Amino acid sequence: MEHEAHNPALLHHFADAQQQKNAASLGMWLFLVTEIMFFGGMFCAYLIYRLAHFNAFAAASQQLNIWMGAINTAVLIVSSVTVVLAVKAAEQGKRKLLTGYLVVTVLLGLTFLVVKGFEYKEKFEKHHVPGASFNFTEKFDDNGKQIPVNPKEAELFFSLYFAMTGMHALHMIIGCGLFGTLAVLAWKGHFTPGYFTPIENAGLYWHLVDIIWIYLFPLLYLISRHS
Amino acid sequence: MAEPKSNVENDLAVEHEHTTHSEGFYIAIGVVLLILTITTAAVAFVNLGPFNPVVALLIATIKASLVIIFFMHVKGASEKLTSAVVVSGFFFLAILISLSLADYMTRSWR
Repeated sequence: MEHEAHNPALLHHFADAQQQKNAASLGMWLFLVTEIMFFGGMFCAYLIYRLAHFNAFAAASQQLNIWMGAINTAVLIVSSVTVVLAVKAAEQGKRKLLTGYLVVTVLLGLTFLVVKGFEYKEKFEKHHVPGASFNFTEKFDDNGKQIPVNPKEAELFFSLYFAMTGMHALHMIIGCGLFGTLAVLAWKGHFTPGYFTPIENAGLYWHLVDIIWIYLFPLLYLISRHS
Repeated sequence: MAEPKSNVENDLAVEHEHTTHSEGFYIAIGVVLLILTITTAAVAFVNLGPFNPVVALLIATIKASLVIIFFMHVKGASEKLTSAVVVSGFFFLAILISLSLADYMTRSWR
């Protein structure tokens, strides 16, 4: 044999497992930082336009379905818990439990997407999707006072709503594919208590997507409800 | 007090003792996050005037902090370099939002 025998999961260019793990973790965080800046740009655009067109943004925000938003927030939080429990199970080498948590995570992710789909359907029915058939006649309910708003400005809100929730949903779809793949690998016994970095890093991704929703929910659904 | 780590355990054994918590702890954090979600949704229907967005974003920040600290294990992140990357991400996000809003919120001539 050419090389000294060692665990196949440790790549040759790393001194030891800790270094390999740190390198993977650093790379993952660098990626997450680019994601923060990517979504940060959209959050910033949303804040600027909300300041510029407050009444229209408030009126449009009041049209969102707060219950679907809240249910989806809860679904994502539970999925984040199943993700940390999956990491814990991987650390303890419990293969079946790990696979189970990964599968439940995927199912919760799909639940989120289905609820989101119903929400989008409602938007199409109410003609609140930006484009040729966009129609917005609702008024801004300012504590009982009905204030008419410019539909063009409301359309801007829905453009940002679809851009932000759509990009978030795309991340959820990628996350479901990722965790589905990991579930198959986990079932095949690919991970050991000594090596489960992919589970940890995919978990970091999932939590970040959860955090983005934690901010999208109040900003899009809540803050104009009664102000 | 810690037992000496056996080298037989192979060179892939990575220290984990300080990075993860018990299952019960994670579930407790999850319950706190769910309670905060119900709270923020309920408070949205109460008229607090200009404080509605403040309360909503404060609760969101508490929730995000709980996820980052306890689920993403930043406290257990061993590498200083990784911490620097995480902090720089939020630092540049703060610059992006604060300087942009400092501009748009002070255009009184428009």
